[in-house]
This record gives sequence, C-alpha cells and structure tokens, in this order.
Amino acid sequence: MDYHTPGSFEDAAAIAAKAEGVTRFLAGGTDVLVQLRADMVTPDVLIDIKQIAGVKDIAREEGGWRIGAAVSGAEMTEHNELDQEWPGVVEAMDLIGSTQIQGRATLVGNLCNGSPAADSVPALVAAGASVSVVGKSGTRKMPVEDIPAGPGKTNLEKGDVVSAVHLPARGDNAGDAYLRFIPRTEMDIAVVGCAVNLRLDGGKVIEARVSLGAVAPTVLLVEDAAQAIVGTSLDEAALEALAAAASSACNPIDDKRGTIAFRTHVAGVLAKRAAKIAYERAGGAK
Amino acid sequence: MAPDGNMTNGFKVVGTRPKRPDGIDKVTGRAKFGADATAPGMLHASIVRSPHAHAKILKIDTSKAEALKGVKAVVTRADFAEGLTGENWNILENVMASDTALYDGHAVAAVAATTALGARDAAKLIEVEYELLPHVTDVDKAMADDAPVIRAGAADKSVPEGLHPNVVRYHESGHGDVDKGFSEADLVVEDSFKTEATHQGYIEPHACLAQLGSDGKGEVWCCTQGHFNVQKVCAALVGTDSSQIRVTPSEIGGGFGGKTVVFIEPVALALSRKANRPVKLVMSRSEVFRATGPTASTSIDIKIGMTREGKITAAQGVFRLQGGAFPGAPMEFTAMCAFAPYSLENVHQVGYDVMSNRPKQAAYRAPGSPMAAFAVESVIDELCNKLDLDSIEVRLKNASKEGTKASYGPKFERIGLVETLEAAKAHPHLTSPLAEGQGRGVSCGFWFNHGGETAVSLALSEDGTVAISVGTPDIGGSRASMAQMAAEELGIPYESIRTTVADTATLGYNEISHGSRVTYASGLATIKAARDAVKKLCGRAAAKWGIDEDAVVWEDGCAKPSGPNAGDFEPLPLAKIARSMGRTGGPIVGHYEATPEGAGVSFATHIVDAEVDKETGQTKIVRYTVVQDAGKAIHPTYVEGQFQGGAAQGIGWALNEEYIYGEDGRLQNSGFLDYRIPVASDLPMIDTVIVEVPNPGHPYGVRGVGETSICPPLAAIANAVSNAAGVRLTELPMSPPRILAALDAQANG
Repeated sequence: MDYHTPGSFEDAAAIAAKAEGVTRFLAGGTDVLVQLRADMVTPDVLIDIKQIAGVKDIAREEGGWRIGAAVSGAEMTEHNELDQEWPGVVEAMDLIGSTQIQGRATLVGNLCNGSPAADSVPALVAAGASVSVVGKSGTRKMPVEDIPAGPGKTNLEKGDVVSAVHLPARGDNAGDAYLRFIPRTEMDIAVVGCAVNLRLDGGKVIEARVSLGAVAPTVLLVEDAAQAIVGTSLDEAALEALAAAASSACNPIDDKRGTIAFRTHVAGVLAKRAAKIAYERAGGAK
Repeated sequence: MAPDGNMTNGFKVVGTRPKRPDGIDKVTGRAKFGADATAPGMLHASIVRSPHAHAKILKIDTSKAEALKGVKAVVTRADFAEGLTGENWNILENVMASDTALYDGHAVAAVAATTALGARDAAKLIEVEYELLPHVTDVDKAMADDAPVIRAGAADKSVPEGLHPNVVRYHESGHGDVDKGFSEADLVVEDSFKTEATHQGYIEPHACLAQLGSDGKGEVWCCTQGHFNVQKVCAALVGTDSSQIRVTPSEIGGGFGGKTVVFIEPVALALSRKANRPVKLVMSRSEVFRATGPTASTSIDIKIGMTREGKITAAQGVFRLQGGAFPGAPMEFTAMCAFAPYSLENVHQVGYDVMSNRPKQAAYRAPGSPMAAFAVESVIDELCNKLDLDSIEVRLKNASKEGTKASYGPKFERIGLVETLEAAKAHPHLTSPLAEGQGRGVSCGFWFNHGGETAVSLALSEDGTVAISVGTPDIGGSRASMAQMAAEELGIPYESIRTTVADTATLGYNEISHGSRVTYASGLATIKAARDAVKKLCGRAAAKWGIDEDAVVWEDGCAKPSGPNAGDFEPLPLAKIARSMGRTGGPIVGHYEATPEGAGVSFATHIVDAEVDKETGQTKIVRYTVVQDAGKAIHPTYVEGQFQGGAAQGIGWALNEEYIYGEDGRLQNSGFLDYRIPVASDLPMIDTVIVEVPNPGHPYGVRGVGETSICPPLAAIANAVSNAAGVRLTELPMSPPRILAALDAQANG
C-alpha cells in the first residue's frame, strides 16, 4: 500500500489520476479504516488529504458556508452560527456514530462513501448544498444529489477529489430538519432518513426541498413531496399529501435492517415529523 | 457460633459493599485479558471458515499458504486426535470440520504465521473445494418431512419413532391429567410463539495463547469461564494427558455462558505442536458471531386453563429448540422451567432438540428458561386480560411454595417466589400512572442454580494476611465475595485477603463458572476452607497453651480458651499464630474439596413499562424494576449488577437482537452494527429489590443470582409492549417492522 500526504487538492487529484489498483482518500477514516480492518477493502493507494491547507476550516462564503473536506462532525456541532442557520445539516451529521467517531467523521467522507443510508446526505440535498470537485480539468461544482450513483458508488471519476461542501445563504424565514429511523437510540445506521428544508412567507410554505435516505439505491430528492407542502401552511391535509408523496417515491429493499413495507410507511411518517420541525424552525407557529 | 452451623444474621463483612479487588486493574488497563498474553517467538493464527451453510469438503489445498513467507504451520482435521467418541467427538467436529461443513463459519483449516496480517493473508490462500448440500436454519422447517438431514444417526434413544432425523433428543414430563384440568377451566388460552437466537454478546472475543511440545507438555493462557474444562477438552482433542496441559485463565470480558465452550484452544495447540512455537489465536467479532454459540432459537405452543377466580387448572407446553449442527439444545431446561413458578395439579411438557445448519448453541444465562417464560407468561397475561384479573394476584394465587410439587418433579424446599411477588406488589412502580402509549407488563421467572465440583485453598502468610485460591473464573465479582466470606469466618479485614483464580496445576478439578454456582459453591468451599484453617489455628493455640484443641474457640480473629475451665490465656490473634507457624508445625493452609448439592433454586418477578410509537413500531423501555430472591446477598452491589445485567440483556433479546440468516444460509449480521444489542441510551435506570429468603443448602443462605435475572424480561417486556400496542406480540424480537406488521394485521382484521 502506498500512502501519500499531498499539500494541495491538485496534487491529490494528480496522484489519484495516476494511481493503479484500489484508491481511497483518507480524511477522518471512519469508513476507510473500518473497511480496511474488516478486510473488506484494502487500498493499494491511500491519499491522506488532511495536510492540505484549509481542509479543516468552516468559513463564510457568499453569505453561506464553505465546509472543508476534513472538518469533523464535532467541529460542526460546536459551530454556533452554522448550527443556527442549518440545524438540519448539523443534526444529521451529529447523528453519525459515537463521540469518538464524531471527532473524526466528515461530511465529504459520508457523501463519497456512497451509502444510500448516509445521514448527512439527505440533509445536504434538502439544503441545496453543492461540492467542489478537483479533477484533471480543474475545479468544478456539482450539486450534492448528483454525487451518489448507487450503493458504494459515486459519479466521481478517477482522479476526482472533493475539496469542500458549500451551503447556500440561509436567507429569512427558513428552516431545515433531519430525522432518521433506527431501532435503537444511537450508534446505528438509518433504516429510513428524511430531511426537509423550507421557507415561509406569512405562515405559508413558499419553497421546499424534501430528501429521503435508505429507501432507494441513492439518496432521493423528492420533488412531489416538496410540491405537496408548497403553498400550504402545513395543515393536516398537506402533511398527509407529503407523507403519501414521500412513501410513493420509495424504492427500497427488504434486508436485515428493515422491510420494504416498513421503510415505505416510515418514510411518510418521518417526512411529516421533519416538516413540522423545519416549519417551526422557520418561525411558523404550529 | 458453631463451626459447622449456618448463620443468617450478625454478619460483619457479608452484606457490606467493599471496593472490588479488580477495580484499579480494570480502570487503568492493567488487567490482562485473553488477547494480552504474549510469549517470545510467538506466532499468530487465523482460521479458515466455511462460507457455506452445508457443504461436503472435497479437497483442502494448503500448498500456496504453506509457501507464503512467514507461514510456520497449517492444520486441518488430520492434525487432531482420532477415534474420539461422544461429546469429545462433537466438540472436535465443531472445532475443526472433518468431511462436511455444517454451518456458515464452521472451521475447516487454520494457519500460523509470524504476523497476524501474514496469517490472514495465508488463510486466504488455503483453497477449499466444496460440494454444496441443501441446508435448513429454521427450527420448524428442520423438523418438517422434506428437511435435509444434518447428520444421520445423531438421534439418541429418547426420540420416539416417526420423527425427522434432525430431532435428536426428546423430553416429556409433568403430572396430573391436563385434559381433565382444561375441562374444569372457565377459559383456555392457546397460542404459539417463536424466539430467534441471540448471542451472549460478551465484549471480549475469544482469545488464547498456547504452546505444545512434541513431548505432549502444553501451556494455555486463555479467556474462559472454566479452565479445568479447557484442560480436559484440549488434552482429548490433541491427544495428550490432562495433567500435561496447564491452563491459566485470564481476566474475562464477559461470558454469560458463551465461554463455557472450547473453540480455539485446541487449534492453537495443534498449530504450536506443528510449528514448535507458541501460537496466539484471537477471534474477530465476525467469527464470534458466526462460529461461537448463540442461544437456541425456539418454536413453542402453550395452552393454559384458568378459572374465573384466577386458579390455573391445567397447563401444557411443547418446546422445540434448534441448537445448531450438534445435539444439545437445552430443551429439557425450557420444558422444566416453563411452569416451575406455579403450583399445578395438571401439567405436561414436551421438548424437542432439533439440529439445523447453524453454529452449535452454547449456554446463555439460564439456558432455555427465558424463552419458556416468554411463552408461558404471555399466555398468563392474556388470561388475566380476558378474565379481567390482576396479574400479580393471579400469580400469587398460583405461586409455588415450600412443599409444592414442582412442574418438573421434585418438591420445592424453602423458596422465595411469594416474597418477590409481595415485594413487587408493594413497590411504587406497580401503581405509578402510565402515560399515553405506554403499557405495563409483569412476569415471573425461575432457574435451578447449580453446585458442581469445587476445590478451594486458603493459605496464611506470616504477616497474618490470607491468599485464597479458587478454580472458578471471576465472572460476577466472586473475588470480592470470596474475600468477604473468608473475612467473616477468620475475623480479619476484607483488605487482608486476596483471592486469585488459580491455574489447573494448583487446585483439584473445578467445574466451570456456570449455573450461577460460584458464590454458592466456591463460596461454600471458601467458608469451609476458612473453617479448616481456623481449626488448625486453634490447634496451634492449644499446643502453645498445653490444653485440648476442643478447649479453644475462634472469636473476632483470635484463638481464645473456650471458658474459665479451659485456662486463663491471652487471646492469640491470627497474625501472631501465623508469624510463628514455621516453628509450630509448618504452613497453615485450609482447604475444601466437594461437590455441594444444595444450590437453592431462585425466582424473580419483573415489572416493565414500555412505550410504543404506533406510527413506527419503535419501543422504548421507560421503567424497569427487578425483584429477585438472592438468598443472602454477600456483596449487594454485585447482586444488583447481576439483576440489572439480566434485565439489560433481556431488553436486547426482546426488542432487537436476532440472528438473521439469508436464503443462502449465511449469517447476515455478524457485527454489532446490525446485531443490535442495547446501547446505554436505550435503557432506563433499572431499579432493583433484593429479597433474601435463605437457601438452607448454604452456610449463609446464598442462592445464585446470575441467571434468574434474565428469565422474566422477555415475557415482562412482551406483556408491556402488547398492552401498549393493543395487540399480542408472539414473536421475538419485537422489532419495529414486526410491531408495525402486527398493528397493520390487526387494523386490517
């Protein structure tokens, strides 16, 4: 195994482009090292990006936020301004793993691991977040929902490396929330995850994004679910329509973590509950 | 105090809560667990395991592995003893498959190399050619006519004709006439239940370091509940004499019955013999799940009749236990424990031990009893609900007492079930209000407890301190409780005594730390060993004073003349006699060897409140109270810990833990991520009430407490969840998808 510590993302991308065999980028290592120890994936080339300047910074950017690729969950949770503006994103990240894992785990790692059940990804998708991708032909921005391609797979190409996550400016009267279902109270993987991000005008929802995790091969952005609540004040009928739209968007599998029927039903339940929280966070009275 | 008498009060040390002797070691990381043993020149081993549920082993090619740099030995079944019979054959077949892999994870070969990674790489180079055979992993399917036969001829003589060859043992017991009893009932409830296999879930995976020379002399350092058993089994499996294998137990990171079994030590010994180097073998968590014993899964039918006043008129149960690819599922315990809490005129129970393509089941805390209680107490709850009767009063009305003919045959001696029910009735938990969405459940539970072969020695040092050697690994605080009992007898401080779990060369044979036997049996032996030392101490005093031994008594840590007629001498404290013992007759050591048979049975009553989210099927345990008879609590903190631990493991078993097999017969969840034991935030603070109804079979009245505590939880939680959800849950675990499906089925009629 070759281990690299490049000083820039351009160098990291160049090493990856030339690499032969299995290549992995290492930030927190909470997936890579676990897979290595479990004998699931033994990389031939390991590229540690933690030495690159700025990778651990959370910074203001165009009224929103730029979150470096090696920022840990714990740093996000303790960042008051970020938490005030994007509580849904922060709580989604904070649900992952234990206190020890929180000291290492990153948003970008959670995204690039390609799990449909990744907790932070639905929250980022609902938030309208994007990522910077450094590759052969320079740096480009991609919406978060365009990264996952299927379980364990992304749409990134050989030689691509994600350098940061961008959250848009929060703006007024807006709120987001993420809920997941696990049979326990922590230390588990989402059986269903749902994020809702919305904006209000006088108690009426005027913008919404609804995203579901663990109910399809990739995290879903569910337009029909958003439309079910836009123009409403999140009354009972709107919530039922939201639940129905969320459930009908599901395309899950039966597995050790849950059944198709269970995931489909609970997606609707979580959508309602997350929408209510987002609505209250946006200043709407319920 | 009469030297051989029982005492039930007036204790000075017993019943107090001194500091645990292993506390500093454990919090500082100094404690040595199984994987901490090292030796110069040590090799690391890795085991090759079958990925198939059932397959003929056609060929094992080890040449590529043997050619790898750093590889020092490879073993297959050919490297173990031949001609074994009975249980030793079963153990060897499980430790290393011969011609057929019987479950996903079954060991087929092993390799030792200079590094752990090297061993892992070499294991991948061992090529095994399999021919797949049909498999079965479900207990009911394994009994069906078309089920593949796991091993022809495995059944013993107990099995009636006409049953599938996978049914390997049969049990029937009871008394009275159940048909007559059912005809006298005002209501008869009948239901069927299933429970999935659960793992003991100990935090420390199995680990050992072993050395075996060509002369047949060997050493094993390992994490086990019973090192004398490891010695015996290893000697048989590698073909040497027991006395030539010395086994030293490490600290143990949990066992719960799962470390009563031998899996890896013979493999490490065989590799060591071949490589002529010490070999370390440490299981991964995945190996622990796939290849060490979970408990049996069950399929149970229960039928109980009751009068309008709550009197049980008859009870019968059929208990089918799947114990993996070998005989031994504890179905007779399930059958015998099922109705033990109740005094019944008409009772009948049938048990089936069924083989399937799963790992060999191992004991798990009161093996077989929790599943029985789940089924029986669910039906009793249903009867109480339908007849509108109070669940505690009904249990009191039918409770077994001293003199009751037990459902499994003998007459009960002094027992404490009624006392636990009365304490539960008086507990504020039982009358506290329930919130919306919450339900309450109660259940009783029973376990036999055990005595077993035991040897203890107690040696005095010249400075008046005492070293106790026991042969039962400390899995529940026994080093503290032994020191307390010895301190009580000797009249010296707890701090002056150190208890060591000694190796197999130091003491006579000690049965495994199982059956909740240690505080009872090693405790009894410690008390008797202390009394033996006291007799010798008194003898030295008598010699010094020139009076009869009978004229000396032991009080408050001193030898004293028994009365004015004996003479007027200054009391001789233990330390003073010890200081001169070299000159007065030599070392003073008390010892005791026996197989005590007076382990008192134990009962518990649990109260649980559960809250069910009817939209998601999620259950939260909001309040939990354990009431249990401990006979006499030597160290109450440890007793409370056992009560809480049983309840915590029961909560996991009831709600989320399960072995999940795919269509391919492979285990789907061989890690703690998807094998969901409760995390701390899943549990409420578990309240405990220690009831003390002394066991006449122990000098201080001790009853074992480690196992009874896991008997009632499955049922108590199922009753709470069923009452909260408004629908009877009959299958474990009561996972959210299962609860939601039950609610759906009810809603759709």
